[in-house]
Amino acid sequence: MEAIKATFFQECEELLADLEAGLLALEGGDTDPETVNAVFRAVHSVKGGAGAFGLEQLVRFAHVFETTLDHLRARELEQTAHVLKVMLRAADLLADLVRAAQSQGHVDDARCQALADELVALSGDRPAESAPDAASGADDFLDDDFGFKPLQVAFAEPGADVGDDLAGDEPGLTDWVIKFRPLATLYLKANDPALVLRELERLGALEVGLEQADLPLLDDLDPEGAYLAWTLNLRTSASEADIREAFEFVDGDCDLEVVAVANPFADEPEETPAAFPASSDVELDVMALIQRAQAEVASSDGVEISEPAAVAAIAPASPAPAPAATPAVKAADPAVKAADPAAAAPVTTTIRVDLDRVDRLINLVGELVINQAMLSQRVIEAGLVRSSNVALGLDDLEQLTREIQDSVMAIRAQPVKSVFQRMPRLIREIAAATGKQVRLVTEGEGTEVDKTVIERLTDPITHMIRNAIDHGLEKPADRVAAGKPAEGVVKLSAFHRSGRIVIEITDDGAGIDRQRVRDKAVEKGLIAPEAVLTDEETDNLLFMPGFSTASAISDISGRGVGMDVVKRSVQGLGGRITIASRPGEGSTFTLSLPLTLAVLDGMVVTVDGHTLVAPLTAVIETLQPKAATVRSLGPSGMVVAVRDAFVPLIDIGATLGFRSTPIDPCSGVALLVENDVGGHAALLVDAIQGQRQVVIKSLESNYQQVDGIAAATILGDGRVALILDVDAIIANRRPETASGAAPAPAPEPTPPLLATAS
Amino acid sequence: MSRTVLTVDDSRTMRDMLHMALTDAGFRVLQAVDGVHGLEMLETDDAPDVIITDINMPRLDGFGFIEGVRQDARHRATPILVLTTESDSAKKNRAREAGATGWIVKPFNPEKLVEAVRRVAA
Repeated sequence: MEAIKATFFQECEELLADLEAGLLALEGGDTDPETVNAVFRAVHSVKGGAGAFGLEQLVRFAHVFETTLDHLRARELEQTAHVLKVMLRAADLLADLVRAAQSQGHVDDARCQALADELVALSGDRPAESAPDAASGADDFLDDDFGFKPLQVAFAEPGADVGDDLAGDEPGLTDWVIKFRPLATLYLKANDPALVLRELERLGALEVGLEQADLPLLDDLDPEGAYLAWTLNLRTSASEADIREAFEFVDGDCDLEVVAVANPFADEPEETPAAFPASSDVELDVMALIQRAQAEVASSDGVEISEPAAVAAIAPASPAPAPAATPAVKAADPAVKAADPAAAAPVTTTIRVDLDRVDRLINLVGELVINQAMLSQRVIEAGLVRSSNVALGLDDLEQLTREIQDSVMAIRAQPVKSVFQRMPRLIREIAAATGKQVRLVTEGEGTEVDKTVIERLTDPITHMIRNAIDHGLEKPADRVAAGKPAEGVVKLSAFHRSGRIVIEITDDGAGIDRQRVRDKAVEKGLIAPEAVLTDEETDNLLFMPGFSTASAISDISGRGVGMDVVKRSVQGLGGRITIASRPGEGSTFTLSLPLTLAVLDGMVVTVDGHTLVAPLTAVIETLQPKAATVRSLGPSGMVVAVRDAFVPLIDIGATLGFRSTPIDPCSGVALLVENDVGGHAALLVDAIQGQRQVVIKSLESNYQQVDGIAAATILGDGRVALILDVDAIIANRRPETASGAAPAPAPEPTPPLLATAS
Repeated sequence: MSRTVLTVDDSRTMRDMLHMALTDAGFRVLQAVDGVHGLEMLETDDAPDVIITDINMPRLDGFGFIEGVRQDARHRATPILVLTTESDSAKKNRAREAGATGWIVKPFNPEKLVEAVRRVAA
């Protein structure tokens, strides 16, 4: 049962996603009836499952929601923008309720009630005020009475539990005479009078009398006609409602009369059936008839009559005289059956796999990659030539390993849709809280990225969207005054670029007020008042710890979490974040992240005897600095001329604390790297070992975060190598040269023994 | 010989619940995800003794499915139970018009479900 519950919640996630997608499509002008149907089905299925698990609050709300959707589906309710807005909010609440149910939590009843009232009000046909009086009325739930408990009513008919009229006393038995005449339609629905009689028999002592007077001669017999009727004497303590319940499925397809024999001295039920032929006679007659019929059929080629339908029509006759025997045999039947789970599973093209298994597989493939690298190294050490069979075989193995790795990573890759899907709701909430009008446009939802990255994307994106609406977009009145439409647009897009996933959040708001940002930064002592900053540098002040431009801290984005936290968490993913802003036109925040957190194409370099890895994606080219191209800048700074431009030359060894004095640039090799700000730098290393795919091992989880170092890896020879955080290295250097202030914390000295310690 | 029940429901949760309740009671269970799939399953030789179907389904809903079953001479006499909620008295009637034998009220418990199946299948 727990497993099914887990399935239910899993399914709920999908249904809720479908629900929201459907509603958004409707909002976007989709008029396909199937879209409404799908939306309806989603809510209906949530309700169905919730009912099964007794999740009352969820059932109640889903029911109200479903009813309104039903009206929409039947076109009784017009598909207006307002209607859809309410429904979207209802979908949000439904999602909350599902989540609450999942974590045993609770959602405020008042909130449900308020939204339920709104939904009911949409339909308009039943005002909420009339709910209490109407509640006792009709046969079904009352949509507007939210306090109504719809569960576990099940089979009981209205009035079933009203005091059992004649059988009031505990042992009180009542005799009932029941006249039951099936109509032809009863058989068409595959109902079987014998089964109805069997039901009745469970209520008490039953005597069955068959009326076969209407049975025509064989020539006139319609194989699908109904000719038989029964008169039944039942002695039972059950109420009339209970008796009628046995006929529930055939109600309307038979003539039924249930009469209590209020005769205190009718102790002998034998009296009553005397009016009808004794059952043994009936049996003989019917059997004879059937035999005759079968004989005729057999001899006259009457193929149609032997079809199953004909059997259905004739069959009732045979068990009728002896219904008592049938249930006894059949009741035991299901109990002894061996379960045969060889049920044909629905044809699907996807399977569900526990994420742990995939993670384990990915870890193993990571080990395989390391192992294969080690093997290659051993082969080289053994002095085997590149053309030897062993080396050639290893090349194939390397190729294969890489393909396996790609395929395995693809298993865990997911479209960013799952993150984007949460945003419409967020936007609605923030829009409502800020009084701004916002439309979300998404692009590239199908862009795939590793699941581990996806999971950690939500928070930064959420925060940046909050920021875009809260700080970026203007109030509707201001927008109109500025000649823009009152409704602001926030665009969220994702795409792949050079082995990374790029996510852009663009608003068409006022853009960054650079003067204000600057004043604020000076006021907070983040920069010197006389510092000269480029626009880009000013914009980047937003990412500094302790910076907040909102004069009054709003509850939307001013939650103590600044953009600096966003930046740090993005960097923790090996990503970068940049801002581009045009005054009056809006801002664009760009996130660039690796597709996976598991492997990396790296350039392996040597620095002061240590092996380090630079992410290949960051490296544009390598160059050999010449004395003529290197210039000193200030006491310790150096620049190198790369074609027509000078870029800062950073000695990795000195930056990371491996050595105190920079080496002679001409004795090393420089890696020309680029960060997302578009900034270039040349990283000076002693030598390049080569390019290699490395498996990323988190430094934070095994040791602690080290500035300038993104992660670690295990090399083919079994040694640990640190992976450089190129952005951090460039960033740590930039402000010093640009403004003279030191906003970033001073790089922690990296103990050289780290390489062996971790 | 164990009796076979074909369940037709688009909700995985519901299919799982039906499957569990019915196999526990000794039935063999076939599953279909919607009306079209259900009709396809009936094309095979493995004919069910009882069919349980949901109403709201994509591609082909319960009503259409029931009509389809009843049009097939081989399955005209197969009992069909409809999964429904109380509020759907109109649906109940429509299902009956389409040829449903009986119904199971959601939410159901396993006993109630098995009871309903036994009620239409000897």
